[in-house]
Amino acid sequence: MSSPLIHAQHLHRYYADTHAVNDLSIELHQGDILGLLGPNGAGKSSCMQMLCGVLAPSAGKIEINGIDLLDHPNQAKQHIGYLPDKPPLYNELTVDEYLNYTAKLRHTPNHKLHDYREQAKQRCGLSSHGNRLISNLSKGYQQRVGIAQAIIHHPKIIILDEPTVGLDPIQMREIRSLITELGKHHGVILSTHILPEVQAVCTRVQIIQQGCSVFNKSMDELKHSDWATLKLEKDIDIDALQNIPGIQTAEKMAPGNFQIYGKELHDSLSGISEHCVTEKWGLLEISPRENNLEQTFIQLTSGEAYLQSAITETENAS
Amino acid sequence: MIFHIALRELRSLFLSPLAWVILGGLQIILAWKFLGFIELFYSLQPELIKIKNAPGVTDLIVAPLFDFSKVILLMISPLITMRLLSEEKQNGTLHLLLSSPISMTQIVTGKYLGALLFFSIIIIQISLMPLSLANAADLDTGKFAAGMLGQFLNVAAFLALGLYMSSLSKQPVIAAASTYGLLIMFWIINIASTTEAASSNFFNYISMTYHSTQMLRGIVYSSDVAYFLLFSLFFILLSIRQLDAQRLQH
Repeated sequence: MSSPLIHAQHLHRYYADTHAVNDLSIELHQGDILGLLGPNGAGKSSCMQMLCGVLAPSAGKIEINGIDLLDHPNQAKQHIGYLPDKPPLYNELTVDEYLNYTAKLRHTPNHKLHDYREQAKQRCGLSSHGNRLISNLSKGYQQRVGIAQAIIHHPKIIILDEPTVGLDPIQMREIRSLITELGKHHGVILSTHILPEVQAVCTRVQIIQQGCSVFNKSMDELKHSDWATLKLEKDIDIDALQNIPGIQTAEKMAPGNFQIYGKELHDSLSGISEHCVTEKWGLLEISPRENNLEQTFIQLTSGEAYLQSAITETENAS
Repeated sequence: MIFHIALRELRSLFLSPLAWVILGGLQIILAWKFLGFIELFYSLQPELIKIKNAPGVTDLIVAPLFDFSKVILLMISPLITMRLLSEEKQNGTLHLLLSSPISMTQIVTGKYLGALLFFSIIIIQISLMPLSLANAADLDTGKFAAGMLGQFLNVAAFLALGLYMSSLSKQPVIAAASTYGLLIMFWIINIASTTEAASSNFFNYISMTYHSTQMLRGIVYSSDVAYFLLFSLFFILLSIRQLDAQRLQH
């Protein structure tokens, strides 16, 4: 495997007495799109700011493309494109002026300036907006300008803090496809609390809760652990379910309501339903669920109680 | 790199009405005052002829004009410096600068230089009025140059202090108010030196007025120049330190 683009180890960050980031390690490889998930205030933004050099970590080590960020900040930052949660725009400038300025800030040589700017605009769908004032653009387009400034200098690493917040569904889709496109040639980290977004674009997921990393898996791994919901007329013991071949674990959510987990569970669903029928448990419903990112997320970040209420809510809604 | 930041700063200033309003308003006020001084000079002229080694145009028009304009410059500099760093913090654009491969020193000096460029334009604009007399009267270029240098040094100090105040606060208004407070303090602090006490020298020494009066008479003391340069440098360094500290600890 090639050397990682970002190699951050044991990051800590304190704000006065608050331990916002606690022993967090992050690794990013070329072609990866890493999704940082977490509830509000989990430490996602602090973590991203530390990776970009905007915040200094209280402890820990960050290597960007093999260069130590703290020892050689300027060389390391050259490889980073960063979009903060609020796009850093100068409203009084036009899109072209702004992009020229941001390219110069990243030491883009003059002869490449025009090409780089046009490429960034084209990739973000801004080609016809070069002469518009940034303050006159809609929020979606401002967000695109924010992404354009992050990719203009062809950085190896692109860090996007909640890139689709406040966008309409069509714009969201466009930005997501742009991110997927970017992921082919760069390493991308994006933070969000929209779970479908992670499922749509990311190749890796890391869930952060109270500053700690509580989950770190690739999407492929995640997809291979299947689950399903099971509704029975009769309330039975969990052990009876777990003995059925194909089911690794089962959880009782409410009397007669279960969630079952297992590797390649979806292939053995017919066997399970047959088993329920022969046992005369009164099978009402068995439905496979695609992957359990949402459930994992809620479980890891809010505990069981929240999970229960979320499930009853979904059931009531359906 | 410093230059790119400075030019962006200057450009943004001229894209907002603020810069134009300041330039226009300042010119009207100073032109009015300038005409007043010329008027006074005319009324005094019959008397002046009788005196040997009488004060000339430079002493009676240029020096008072420059003296007056310094006060106006003191009043407008916080309006410009208040935005320098607080606005970047408020808009989140500071994150763009901090994540770019440039040092904190480059960011702060660039911003300072941008404001200094704007005020250089103002000083040139002010100087054009007395220069228009050069054809008709005998202008003492030495005194005139010393007066311009004095204005420039004063402005450099005002801006450095304003920059530091701007680095402390997210709210431009707070930055402006505290800059006004401190600038006026440094302006009038030598009032205390009218007494004969030993401390009076000290108050004189840290006062801006004390250090700028000699330059209006055409005398440039290196100690006065050093005072303004050190004053500016001190507050620029404090601003850099302040931004660095904010990155390190909240």
